[in-house]
Amino acid sequence: MNNELYQQTILDHNKKPRHYEKLKVYTHMAEGFNQLCGDHYYIYLSIAPDETIQEISFEGSGCAISKASASLMTSRLKGKSVKEAKLLYDQFHYLITGKLDLEKDTHQLEKLAVFSGIWQYPMRVKCASLCWHTLRGALEQTKTVSTEDSL
Amino acid sequence: MFYSEVKSKEQVIKDTVQTWREDFPAFQSKVHGKPLVYLDNAATTLKPRLVSQTMQDYYLYGTANIHRGVHYLSEQATQAFEATRSKVKKFINAKDECEIIFTRGTTESINLVALSYGQTFLHAGDEILISQMEHHSNIVPWQMLCERKGCILKVIPINDEGEIIVDEYETLLSEKTKLVSVVYVSNSLGTVNPVRKLIESAHRVGAIILIDGAQAVSHFPIDLQKLNCDFFAFSGHKLFGPTGTGVLYGKQELLEKMPPVYGGGDMIASVTFEKTTYNKLPFKFEAGTPHIAGVIGLGAAVDYFQSLDLTAIQKHEEDLLAYGTNQFDSIDGLKIIGKAREKKAILSFTLGPIHPHDIGTIVDREGVAIRTGHHCTQPVMEYFGVSATARASLSFYNTKNDIDTLVEALGKVQKIFQ
Repeated sequence: MNNELYQQTILDHNKKPRHYEKLKVYTHMAEGFNQLCGDHYYIYLSIAPDETIQEISFEGSGCAISKASASLMTSRLKGKSVKEAKLLYDQFHYLITGKLDLEKDTHQLEKLAVFSGIWQYPMRVKCASLCWHTLRGALEQTKTVSTEDSL
Repeated sequence: MFYSEVKSKEQVIKDTVQTWREDFPAFQSKVHGKPLVYLDNAATTLKPRLVSQTMQDYYLYGTANIHRGVHYLSEQATQAFEATRSKVKKFINAKDECEIIFTRGTTESINLVALSYGQTFLHAGDEILISQMEHHSNIVPWQMLCERKGCILKVIPINDEGEIIVDEYETLLSEKTKLVSVVYVSNSLGTVNPVRKLIESAHRVGAIILIDGAQAVSHFPIDLQKLNCDFFAFSGHKLFGPTGTGVLYGKQELLEKMPPVYGGGDMIASVTFEKTTYNKLPFKFEAGTPHIAGVIGLGAAVDYFQSLDLTAIQKHEEDLLAYGTNQFDSIDGLKIIGKAREKKAILSFTLGPIHPHDIGTIVDREGVAIRTGHHCTQPVMEYFGVSATARASLSFYNTKNDIDTLVEALGKVQKIFQ
């Protein structure tokens, strides 16, 4: 039961979140809230002049879905370009709203595909998307992001 | 032969609860293929068939506006609408029907007092007392009033059991205190506050006191003449009635001197461009076409609830609370938040480091509906140092079996997160 949502990868990243720290030196950061759950995270990025995400990390607290999502996101984005991050942002958004078909559509989601079943849990979609909204906020230099602003 | 016909006490209770459950079609629903285990009664209660049938009859066969029409259906609708007022008056033992004002719910009732009484009779420097365990609906309207009028909001502290510290309350009370607003039964802790004492003390310093009865009315009889509070608010939908209905009770002498908040039809005696005179109580506060079907449905809910054996209900809920508390205590890592000596069947809890929303999602797949989050009581969460809790809130139609199903589902949660 609940296999669709609480898969091993998610449980593992919840228990042992990767990149879970505050960067000593960062170029971008933002704070994100999910008012439904009380999830609350900070995302830190160190972006090189050539737009490579050299370092990325997060800190904060929340449910298993939000924490695993942040852990997986940071793992996926480290070393990638800002352009790739924005592309993955869109793909992830389509995935969690049930608009991306993992089999048929082209995507580079890799491990992030573990959230493919979440659209069946509408109340929890925001948990998975919080870190991505916060990332966008950091890239756009918006300091505080709430999941109430948009999905 | 003879003895076999004598039912055990346990069996009698079981049969009674079964009869009650038959009045609620929701129990026929399947949730993710499992029978519904509804443990979110503090959010809203299920509705008995009688309530929806009464509303449907009004919509299908009796639709008409009230108070103005001279035609048959209008008279019928007016009678049914006003009959609810009389039922509610008896239900909470108000002195007069004119003290019963229909609103959209507890939130609107409290706001009405803040906007009318507060706006008119409170002034800069006056103090308003609320408790640490209030619902946001009994915090924000007063903060808004304080912002407008320069009043001072003071908070009565609670202890680790989740009880109001009465001595601290007495210390906070002074001749500066003009208004006290406290909850009867806490929606996130289950605590039953000693409101009679709180009311007496408020009156001793000349303060007006409002009791938020949202979680109280569905658990035990209310006698407002005995309680002697000045205002009392509750919602229909937490009393097995329709959403969008609620009641503000106010003492007649207070309501008489309060200005209306909304202007419009029905709340006036006469209108000219030079001068409008307001209608008498309670209509002064009920501008526009109200939720007629809802109010008639609320009347049915009151009828339904009063047709039950309230003593048996209280006993049954006490048993459920004791059983649930006991079962919860045996779960490793489960911590009950709110252990007041006087409490109703509300069990807020945390389960080790597992986030309440993860608990909620997993038990939902077992058919169990619980509430997770801050329950609109963020200051309570702050006091107990948690961001959220899971909450099972019970009603008379719940059974020990419901609690067993929840406990079993919590076992699955722990297994997933082990």
